[in-house]
Amino acid sequence: MLFIDFLKNYGPQLLKGSVTTIEQTILAATLAIMIAVAMGLMRLSRNRLVYGTATVYIEVFRGTSLLVQVYWIFFVLPLFGLTLEKFTAGFIAVGMNLGAYGAELVRGGILSVPRGQWEAATALSMSPGVRMRRIIFPQALLNMLPPWGNLLIELLKGTALVALISVTDLMFVARKINSTTYLSAQVFGTALILYYIMSRAMITPLMRWLERLMARKVGKRL
Amino acid sequence: MFDWRWEFVGEILPRLFRATGNTVLAALLGYGIAMVLGLVFALAQRTRFPLVNRAIREFVEFVRSTPLILQIFFAFYVGPQFGVMLSPWTAGMAAIGLHYASYLSEVYRGGIDSVPKGQWEAATSLSLSPVRTYSRIIIPQAVPPAFAGMGNYLVGIFKDTPMLSVIGVAELMHTANSIGSEYYRFLEPYTLVGLIFLAISLPTAGLLRKAEAKIRRKMGLR
Repeated sequence: MLFIDFLKNYGPQLLKGSVTTIEQTILAATLAIMIAVAMGLMRLSRNRLVYGTATVYIEVFRGTSLLVQVYWIFFVLPLFGLTLEKFTAGFIAVGMNLGAYGAELVRGGILSVPRGQWEAATALSMSPGVRMRRIIFPQALLNMLPPWGNLLIELLKGTALVALISVTDLMFVARKINSTTYLSAQVFGTALILYYIMSRAMITPLMRWLERLMARKVGKRL
Repeated sequence: MFDWRWEFVGEILPRLFRATGNTVLAALLGYGIAMVLGLVFALAQRTRFPLVNRAIREFVEFVRSTPLILQIFFAFYVGPQFGVMLSPWTAGMAAIGLHYASYLSEVYRGGIDSVPKGQWEAATSLSLSPVRTYSRIIIPQAVPPAFAGMGNYLVGIFKDTPMLSVIGVAELMHTANSIGSEYYRFLEPYTLVGLIFLAISLPTAGLLRKAEAKIRRKMGLR
């Protein structure tokens, strides 16, 4: 079969799978960002319980495999009475995993803000909440955006694992077409290219744009 | 709802421990391939031929931005289409080795770039051959700054080995899946797999941090 015929026959299915992959990526990224900010801030707390909770969370999610976590959340949580639909279980597992990696970026980003900025905000008698929101966090965000770009690509790649709990994402569709046609080079090759396009033509430019936007907001030139 | 059975744990633990051997073996083999191939990729981006440098660079980017699991499927299924049968182990090691080689080549590149220009010039003025320049002058100095990244990816490759279960490599995840479907119990096997991963990756990460500090001291760095 010619490659063009292959695309005509199976392209729409692969594109539909890509849409699911993008949905999973957006939902998982939202969750990962929320977890990363919460856990990153908790890691800076002087309260041992708060600090300890965040540390345990981060070490557990970074110390085990994403695939183990996906299976665990999908197959084991129901035994605790918490049954998640596969689509939900998928992005929650990916988001919780990458959130743990993101937490360290948030922590590092906040620590990279010069001391003088904290002192100046305190001198202007800002409350700790306002100080974090208006002074520290925007500058920290600018510092941590480049590694976040890499993390989001890792996250997109991580969503491919949800295919193993039968979420019909790009990976799942590719496997299904492969098992009926055995056109492995065509189908897996096309899927690889689609993932490449998603990371290089969607995530990378988006992060560049965000970096420039944030740089303008805090008055730095990139 | 939640019943953890210790007798069952006792029954399956020996099987899981045996599989842990395979997991560790897969991680070390894959890492060995990645270390050598990564160096090839790193050096191949520094040739006198811009076209070669560019092509290798693009290839590394491509491998880094697409999911490992898809690459594993690709390696396993595309061979037979062209009459080359690869065993799960061979295909798996090829895919995981290549994937991490791309990551390691970036780490090496960073390490090599961090060697001051004067070192290259000094090696040239002593008329050392390129091989001796690399092996005696550049690479020894490139290792300490690269060590942290290399350590991270050693733990990373270990945590990615469960993906090999999808093509039938009998490592931990694969064994946990078989146990689960034999006994219809997923709580213990999946939880134990998670714990085994934690029990190996956390101490390894700690040891690597210690080793890094030692290397830096030996090289006369802070």
